Amino acid sequence: MDLIKGYAYILGDDISTDDIVPSHTLTMRDSDDMVKHTLEFIDPYFSKNVDKGNIIIAGENFGTGSSREEAVHVFKFLGIKAVVARSFARIYFRNLMNNGIPAISLKWDLNQFAKEDVIKISLLKGIIINKSKNITLNFEKIPDFLMDILENDGVINQLKKKL
Amino acid sequence: MSYTLAEKILKTHSNVDEISPGQFVEADIDLIMVHEQLGGRIHLEYKKLGLDTVWDPNKIFFILDHWVPAPTISAAQMHQDCRKFAEEYGFIHNMGMDKGICHQVLPEMGFARPGMLIVGSDSHTTTYGAFNCLSTGIGATDVSVVFATGKLWFKVPESIKINLHGHFEKGTMAKDFILSLIGDISTKGAIYKSLEFHGDGAKNLTIDSRMTITNMVVEAGAKFGIFLPDDRLKEWLAKRTSKQYRNVVPDETAEYQRELTYNLSEITPTVAKPSNPGNIAKIEEVEGIEIDQAFLGSCTNGRMEDLRIAAKILEGNKIHPKVRMIVTPASREIYLQALKEGLLEIFLRANAIVTNSTCGACIGGHLGVLGPNEVCISSTNRNFKGRMGDPTSEVYLASPATVAASAINGSIKDPRGLL
Repeated sequence: MDLIKGYAYILGDDISTDDIVPSHTLTMRDSDDMVKHTLEFIDPYFSKNVDKGNIIIAGENFGTGSSREEAVHVFKFLGIKAVVARSFARIYFRNLMNNGIPAISLKWDLNQFAKEDVIKISLLKGIIINKSKNITLNFEKIPDFLMDILENDGVINQLKKKL
Repeated sequence: MSYTLAEKILKTHSNVDEISPGQFVEADIDLIMVHEQLGGRIHLEYKKLGLDTVWDPNKIFFILDHWVPAPTISAAQMHQDCRKFAEEYGFIHNMGMDKGICHQVLPEMGFARPGMLIVGSDSHTTTYGAFNCLSTGIGATDVSVVFATGKLWFKVPESIKINLHGHFEKGTMAKDFILSLIGDISTKGAIYKSLEFHGDGAKNLTIDSRMTITNMVVEAGAKFGIFLPDDRLKEWLAKRTSKQYRNVVPDETAEYQRELTYNLSEITPTVAKPSNPGNIAKIEEVEGIEIDQAFLGSCTNGRMEDLRIAAKILEGNKIHPKVRMIVTPASREIYLQALKEGLLEIFLRANAIVTNSTCGACIGGHLGVLGPNEVCISSTNRNFKGRMGDPTSEVYLASPATVAASAINGSIKDPRGLL
């Protein structure tokens, strides 16, 4: 896993896992039902329009709150390719990586990204290119052992190989 | 080398000679707590591994608490999935759904002891830090890794030293302190950090109060919140467990990322306004805001000292006619003790509703779900949009004393004059 291409979807600070997967959906047994509610209190059309915004670009403390991994599972299900944030809540960071979705920490400014911008990321080089705005930004490279989890599309696949 | 509490405990659980912040270690887990998440994502993830055993069924603490008793068919099915997994893999500590909320029951049963490394499928697993152990929340895939291997990777955190002095004034509680702390350092102020609580003020705190504080450190982003051992803890543990344990104290020359000092007597009633636990205000700023519901309970504030102070305020009074008050003791043990002390009668005579122990109302699950535009003052830990019900409802987080005072008044009220 190195190159990722997609479209930006912008979110603010302190987006909680309650925002991503509201509690009332947690006992739903079918992922198809649950994903329809992804981010519903912020953007009821998020899951429908996800192809136009499959790289999340968020503010501080992304994924704060509950450890519910459904909040990553719905992103995985919808085909979210990467999450870029100024900072991550620690459980959410682990959950993203563990499911093979790169969590990229980047201190970005509001004038650097807008909704539906064309984004290209090289995980190995540690760069993110906003093609729409012709900007290249550097981020701290992901440690090797976490890259290995991503290469395996998640920690479960990685562990399966070792067992 | 000199070490903080987090460094010491991670070091004793990892095969490393030295340890320092930023380092990645693979640590042995002493205990893992799982609740309904077992029947949510965990069983699905674990099945992918194709294993027919878990690493150590004696080190798994399993309890149902979020939706108990099941309010919907889908919740009942989730419970069935949980039980099936627990039976199939021979879980030894299967607590069922009659004992209460995980973060109260696990310590009550003596499972949290000094020096341990505990993880759980719930973000408020940080609570057990009140017992001088390292504990933190993880997701379903990490739980599966622990079930399979008994190990988990950790990034060694930097620590923040918090010096506490003095006592709370009447009507002010641990909740007011932790909300003040979150306000001061912000909801991202402790991301990936361990908060260590020191000083005579920390020793003055009851175990109940310490648990309120370590419960909510995660609202500041913290990975761990941990208290030092003392006589109060020793006494508490003597009643709960006969197992051996070793107290852990930090080295005097341990390095901290920052230090903060609080005099507890200077803390005043504090609330978190909608819709973020970091949206902190002093009671004076919010007094008079009308409420529809007052909720007392949860893993943050459903313990004896919480029920006692609320009962003291409610005794001989009635809940405001426009308000409903719901009291949810954090465990069956607390329920029984409150019954014995006559507290439940005080609540019922004041027209409050007393429920069984569950996470129900706190997560907008059942037993106190909010309707459109309703306002709730709550002793819980999160007030995100839609957390306790409809997305247009609003939650103010406050201490049990403030919740009780507001329930009588019909609007948010400073409890200090009532005690």
